[in-house]
Amino acid sequence: MDNTKRRLISEKIAKGFMHLSGITVTASLFFIVGTILYKGLPYLNWEMVSQLPKGGFYIGKEGGILNAILGSLYLAGVATALSAFIGIPISLYLNIYLGTKSKVTQFSKLLFDVLYGVPSIVYGAVGFGIMVYFGIRASLLGGILTVTLLTIPIVVRTVDELIKTIPEDLKNVTLSLGTTRWELAKVMLRSIRAGLLTAILLAFGRAIGDVAGVLLTTGFSDNLPKYIDEPAATLPLAIFFQLSSPIPEVQGRAYASALVLTIIILIIVVCTHILQSKQKNRR
Amino acid sequence: MLNTRLVKDTLVKRSTFLLLLISLSVVVIIAVGLTVKSIPLFEYSNIFQLLTDKVWAPMKGSFGFLPFIAGTLAVTLISLAIAIPLCILTAVYLTEYASDALKNMMLPLVNILAAIPPVLYGVWGVLFIVPLIQLYIAPIFGVVTSGYSVLAGGIVLAVMIFPIMISIMVEVLQTIPYELKAASLSLGATKWDTIKHVILKKAKPGIIAAIVLSTSRAFGETIAVLMVCGNVPKVPTSIFDAGYPIPALIANNFGEMMSIPLYESALMFSALLLFVIIFIFNLISRLILRRLEGGLDG
Repeated sequence: MDNTKRRLISEKIAKGFMHLSGITVTASLFFIVGTILYKGLPYLNWEMVSQLPKGGFYIGKEGGILNAILGSLYLAGVATALSAFIGIPISLYLNIYLGTKSKVTQFSKLLFDVLYGVPSIVYGAVGFGIMVYFGIRASLLGGILTVTLLTIPIVVRTVDELIKTIPEDLKNVTLSLGTTRWELAKVMLRSIRAGLLTAILLAFGRAIGDVAGVLLTTGFSDNLPKYIDEPAATLPLAIFFQLSSPIPEVQGRAYASALVLTIIILIIVVCTHILQSKQKNRR
Repeated sequence: MLNTRLVKDTLVKRSTFLLLLISLSVVVIIAVGLTVKSIPLFEYSNIFQLLTDKVWAPMKGSFGFLPFIAGTLAVTLISLAIAIPLCILTAVYLTEYASDALKNMMLPLVNILAAIPPVLYGVWGVLFIVPLIQLYIAPIFGVVTSGYSVLAGGIVLAVMIFPIMISIMVEVLQTIPYELKAASLSLGATKWDTIKHVILKKAKPGIIAAIVLSTSRAFGETIAVLMVCGNVPKVPTSIFDAGYPIPALIANNFGEMMSIPLYESALMFSALLLFVIIFIFNLISRLILRRLEGGLDG
């Protein structure tokens, strides 16, 4: 009897700790968003998001972070489009042309898994090294290429997961109608349409939030980039630079910029969530 | 008609294969590129000395990586010490106790945590964790600190690796067959007994894989750590000391390194170091996870 009691008590204690852990994990999210909201909201205004930095912006004078917002959207947009155009076909090739049992497929998937784990600072360092070698200065182009490489593994892995959910029967029936593999691929793409957008949004979210890669390759500029070989500002870097300023006004803008980035990310997350449930409902 | 279809098919096949080759060659480009760039440093000094020397003074030509290795290890170990127990307990709770409704609420929240960019973690660290350490945690131990410390880096990193650790652990725990739990419960074991003696034992390889993968994530994290760690190139002796992890070293010095010979090489070597460690860690954990997944299919 004593033994049973002890075990039941330890069950209770363990459960208590689990509740506590779950609450800590969830609370950390609200702490992060809450802190940024609390600090950023007072500084957020229309001027911040609609104007370029003017003279003396970095000592607390007028202007906004439009350069960084647009720079980030350009960079993440183009890089995500590129990585989708490269990543989706690769995933189709691995799953449809080679098949999941092929050694090449398994090896490639393993490599993409590993590439997915390589930190962006390493991509940035390599990108920087290559740019120095060819004599290219820090520019939007360098950033786009680095971020594209960074996001290809995300697209490949997500699309791969999606293809796994397509019933084998669909594949067999389609092929038995005498289609080529390319035609089969088109059929499969149609059935995972909503999921493809999820993959693209995931990549976009990673691209727009990346700092370490763009820090070394894209540079920073107060103007909007007119050409692809000009340096461009990005939102995360703008946050980073402004936060390290000793002037309270500028620091306040860093909080507001962080809030802008948070809002963008939350919009992406909500869209992803909606698309994911849509994809689930199709099945 | 058939002919054009076949031509199209072949064309797609060839071009996608090319894309695959190009994307995978990135691994080779990274490895070779970084190695080639590091060679001048190897010629200057031997690798053992580089890794164990304490003095980092590039202007005087001494490149000791020990402070950075120690800094990286310190923040990573602190983050693991915080994250491992929390994540195991949360994952077990979600898979064994939680209702579907709670699970459907928690997992998306964890996904949001995963989507938050590193720089925002950094901002949070500066605004919340650093003052917390300076004003509340350090005084408990009678230490005076600015708050910018390896402890701050460890806490921020711990929160950053929550999502990856929890999602993989939940996946692993879900592969444990129901029969195994039923057998244990029917013998009169409590749920916690079953978790301790059956579930966690069975899930051990998967949990280790999740931890190794999260470790490599923590190793490579740059900007958040750079913002909260203080960046002093000394070996930290207490958790309230400032530290200087390897990724922060690379990010902080890229602008000025061009003027000093060997400096670029030294930074490329540190990137190589990161790449090799993370590559190996990822490879190991992915192989474990893959075997678990394969075992499930068969």
